[in-house]
Amino acid sequence: MHALIIRTAGTNCDAELVRAFQLAGAKTSLVHLDRVLADPDLIGDADLLGFPGGFSYGDDIAAGRVFGVRVRERLYSALRAAAATGTPMIGVCNGFQVLVQAGLLPGLDGYPDQPAKPAVALAHNDSGRFIDRWLAMDVPANTRCIWTRPLAGSTFDLPIAHGEGRFVASDEVLDRIEAAGCIAMTYRDNVNGSRRAIAGICNPDGHIFGLMPHPERFLEWNRHPLWTRLRHNGDQRLTEPTPGLRMFVAAVKAAGQVAVES
Amino acid sequence: MGDRIRRAAGAFGVSPKAVHSTRIYLIEAELTEGDIDRIGQTLLSDPVLEAWSVGAHPAREGARLIEVHPLPGVMDPAAQTVRDAVAELTGGEPSRVDVMTGYRYEFVGVESDDLTLLGERLLANGVVEAIHMTPWMPDEFPHGHQHDMSVHEVAIRELDDAALEQLSREAHLFLSLDEMRAIRDEYRELGREPREIELETLAQTWSEHCVHKTLKSTVMCEVDEHDSIEWRGRPGTEIGDDGRVTIHNLLKSTVAAATHELIADGVDWTLSVFVDNAGIIEFDEQHAVCVKVETHNHPSAIEPYGGAATGIGGCIRDVMGTGLAARPIANTDVFCVAHPDHWRLPSDEPDARALTPAGCLHPGRVLRRVVDGVRDYGNRMGIPTLSGGVWFDDRYIGNPLVFAGCVGVMPRDAIAGAAQRGDRIIALGGRTGRDGIHGATFSSAELTDSHADEFSHAVQIGNAIEEKRTLDAIMRARDAEGGPLYSAITDCGAGGFSSAVGEMGEEIGAYVQLERAPLKYAGLTPTEIWISESQERMVLAVAPEKVAALQAICDEEHVELCDLGTFGTDGAELVLTYDGSEVGRLPMSFLHGGIPMPTREADCRIQSGSCDIDTPSADIGETLLRLLAHPNIASKHWIIEQYDHEVQGATVLRPQVGAGRGPGDASVVEPVPGSGQGLAISCGLATAFGDPKRGGDPYDMVLGAIDECVRNLVCVGADPKRIAILDNFCWPSCGRPENLGMLVRAAVGCYDGAKAYRTPFVSGKDSLNNQFKAEDGRTIEIPPTLLITGIGIVPDLDRCITMDAKAPGNVLLLVRVDADIVGLGCSHVAEVLGFTLPQAPPLANPVRAASAAAGVASLIAKGRVCSAHDCSEGGALVAVAEMLIASGPDGGCGCDVESFVTEPLDVFAEGTGRYILEVRPGDVETVVAELAAFDTEAIPVGTLSDSGRLRMDGVDLSVVDLHRAWFGTLDW
Repeated sequence: MHALIIRTAGTNCDAELVRAFQLAGAKTSLVHLDRVLADPDLIGDADLLGFPGGFSYGDDIAAGRVFGVRVRERLYSALRAAAATGTPMIGVCNGFQVLVQAGLLPGLDGYPDQPAKPAVALAHNDSGRFIDRWLAMDVPANTRCIWTRPLAGSTFDLPIAHGEGRFVASDEVLDRIEAAGCIAMTYRDNVNGSRRAIAGICNPDGHIFGLMPHPERFLEWNRHPLWTRLRHNGDQRLTEPTPGLRMFVAAVKAAGQVAVES
Repeated sequence: MGDRIRRAAGAFGVSPKAVHSTRIYLIEAELTEGDIDRIGQTLLSDPVLEAWSVGAHPAREGARLIEVHPLPGVMDPAAQTVRDAVAELTGGEPSRVDVMTGYRYEFVGVESDDLTLLGERLLANGVVEAIHMTPWMPDEFPHGHQHDMSVHEVAIRELDDAALEQLSREAHLFLSLDEMRAIRDEYRELGREPREIELETLAQTWSEHCVHKTLKSTVMCEVDEHDSIEWRGRPGTEIGDDGRVTIHNLLKSTVAAATHELIADGVDWTLSVFVDNAGIIEFDEQHAVCVKVETHNHPSAIEPYGGAATGIGGCIRDVMGTGLAARPIANTDVFCVAHPDHWRLPSDEPDARALTPAGCLHPGRVLRRVVDGVRDYGNRMGIPTLSGGVWFDDRYIGNPLVFAGCVGVMPRDAIAGAAQRGDRIIALGGRTGRDGIHGATFSSAELTDSHADEFSHAVQIGNAIEEKRTLDAIMRARDAEGGPLYSAITDCGAGGFSSAVGEMGEEIGAYVQLERAPLKYAGLTPTEIWISESQERMVLAVAPEKVAALQAICDEEHVELCDLGTFGTDGAELVLTYDGSEVGRLPMSFLHGGIPMPTREADCRIQSGSCDIDTPSADIGETLLRLLAHPNIASKHWIIEQYDHEVQGATVLRPQVGAGRGPGDASVVEPVPGSGQGLAISCGLATAFGDPKRGGDPYDMVLGAIDECVRNLVCVGADPKRIAILDNFCWPSCGRPENLGMLVRAAVGCYDGAKAYRTPFVSGKDSLNNQFKAEDGRTIEIPPTLLITGIGIVPDLDRCITMDAKAPGNVLLLVRVDADIVGLGCSHVAEVLGFTLPQAPPLANPVRAASAAAGVASLIAKGRVCSAHDCSEGGALVAVAEMLIASGPDGGCGCDVESFVTEPLDVFAEGTGRYILEVRPGDVETVVAELAAFDTEAIPVGTLSDSGRLRMDGVDLSVVDLHRAWFGTLDW
């Protein structure tokens, strides 16, 4: 399996996203957005796509805006084709903001010829501040997200690190997202003030996943903030793959199934 | 954002009913209606969250408006991004689009006077921003003005002393009379007058900031014959017949001497000390790590946001410019500021606003804005900010201290580079503007109330993404197939091109064509181009045949590259030209070797008397709560959580520990992910121990800081035999012999401390003249401050431990080497209870304290310690409380503490060599015995319980209350 990770000026969580795909068994290419714009076929050639976190273009104007607009204007048709074949995609933090602004999430009405107007947004945190915290996450039992389905119904911790991560949408859109099983992850302690405590969503077929927390920062247990305590208590979880890694393993496996089917 | 401003306005006694904020983009370009629609809808607004409109509108009904725009020439990163995006969206060339940005605020329920106050104090800094009370929509953007391009000569050869001093002052050279004389004499010899650009180059290169002339000078010291310091037998030191002590090259004889003696004595893991932009040590067989800490005090005093951001930005560039470039993996920050809530220097009046002297920003604003600056730069660069601290003292009111550090990792074969004859001088990154001129000389001077006006051009706003792009390009160029595309690299810091090119070409000379530098705007004179300190620039020495490959990488990463000339000239001269005519010529030997080093006078005597004052009696529980709430000790979560400390995914231990987010001793990263080996990062600061106003001794302060730093690192699992440290001196004017005397004592402390702990200094920096001259003529000197930053190798990440109390039934041991030495000199409890003890703090013998560190480390390596915490600010009982707080306020551990002191208040005594260890009950005996082998005592002081309470004779407090006291002070 081959994962394409797209970076640009200000991307800064690319190395750990690459590592996540690699530890999950995929080969990776880390490529500058400009090269993908020049050769959109790179998207079609990839089995998985990653949009890393960071401050693309300084998050000037708004988080992920310029990256999102460039993808929306120039890569939408290639991404739409990839979406149609069920290519797993992940946008973490800034990458989530990009997927939203590019018209790929939530994708409730599928992917028309022209990108849909964004129906959800990631606004400034309630506190008005950047927040870096590890928080407890829940995965709804009914989620369709292929990345988090193996963790459905469970609770685990992930770090957040963002200033613009408050999930906002109209009640109608929220109801549709919820009904379609598109909530992939929620905050137990909703520190940024997201509607319905939403931390991550997927498109209705579950392959395209955007989230504010950083699963790629939790690939080993010694990244967990309480790992020394878990070790002291002889916690069994320490011998298992981390929840962060499990998401990537699930996606690589799903990508393998896509490849077999096609 | 509106709500945040509404709350912040409260601090200025203004309560708006509502605040509305709007982002403004002024776009100068040929655009169709359709273009404007697309730009507004797709690019500049979010359909779910925002509305947009075109044109200048009056304030809404019942509101007053204020607009804030960057001044022309001030870095506006968002404007650059928008310009490029508008060009792409409308199919135009970026050069045909110009953009300025601004903010508009509409306040409901605010009087116009108050609006002006908020504008000046809260929303804008006049140094870099303009305030408009009506919508600002100019017909045309302001453009740079043309300067006189002719080459000026400065007549110096005939000047007498008074005229030389006048020239130094009026031209902002900040050179001493001796230095001015040396320059005059050199030009007499050359048989011509200096050109302006040559004088400026000398002033930058010879500035305190660049050459550390005080620390490198010979010092003649007045000492006390009963001094606690043994002056005899020290490197570079002579004792005269009159008892006076002469130290030749203070830095070399103390800080550097310790390192070189340690290296000679078997410390074999340093790779590069003092010579490069950062110190380098071994990490593993393939990798090295480097570390640098800088201060950016004076810029931060005037414009805290830009000052702190460019401070960390510059330190990151130091790491990028070390050897053949390191990849930054962690940042650190330490701030010393006046207490933001009650500034007490002139009187006890409660209204801080009225008391902030003219020319100073309010300390609360300084702290908020320096945090914003470090956050925005560090987070954008994608470097975790992992270690830091804040120290409050009202003497920092006019001259706050902002320390910024950076740690990098690099391949072992990339630890050194050297420019070769014939190499091209290549500048990468940001363009050159008029901003930041005279930063090096400005940082070396005393601050006064009029500095904000005179030196506003020395202050800058950073552009982190520019630096990130440059880093991306450099990493690719360094790791290129077939080897690095350059033979040397350094950053443009203080002094700009003049320092960077001057240093790289020190041995071989350089020929520079100044007209080739890309400019932010037209009209810079050659001198301005040469000394501008515009941010985000690196200089590389590139073999001619490799320039094309480097250019290709830079094109892909959108980094501007320019070829400024050639390294290597006949006679190793520095030759500067502009459009083909020579504008300056200096021999490198005079530039780097011509500075005179006069002997300086120091008074090293300490005015301390012994003290027999009885300490007051106080309720121990209540005092504990007050200490936990002391701002030096209280939780810094408000700051820490605004920093990304997880980015890069390599953070193993972070600044906050446990469910209660307690104060971790040190952070740990895994520089090479997957390697299982870590690097611990921490610092030590013991300013109170050296405070002359409190009977302190800077010598003790340094030992205290080194000990604290070592303990912090050891407490997480670092190997004390693999710790490297850095010194950052921040001192008031050393023109006063007493201040220089304290500096000497501190430097001697560095030597003794480094030798005792076997922790080599690998780099360091000093910032002198940290004092503020107020309008009324009063000079406020900062207390002598020395920050020790340390990095330590953690051989096995699995052996890391943290300071949060782990389990009921476990025993807490107080580890110490100094059972006899107790006392409250220079302690926080003395400050909190309001008694002053003119006596030094009780310090353990540093060799024994180092032995304790070795003992604790060996126990941790064997897995015998469940948690460890150093006893520093607030003493042992505060340390115990912090361990309980960290374990979690709800349902975490409690502790039953047995008395371990004779004088009740001694539970708060501060000293060195002390730790609290949590061990399993069955391990107590072994641990005590093993520590005894290190000449170290361990006494049980308590047993952890599940009560959720801290109990001791006369004390019964819930951990929830402890947490509340500790968490609340800075819960901003």
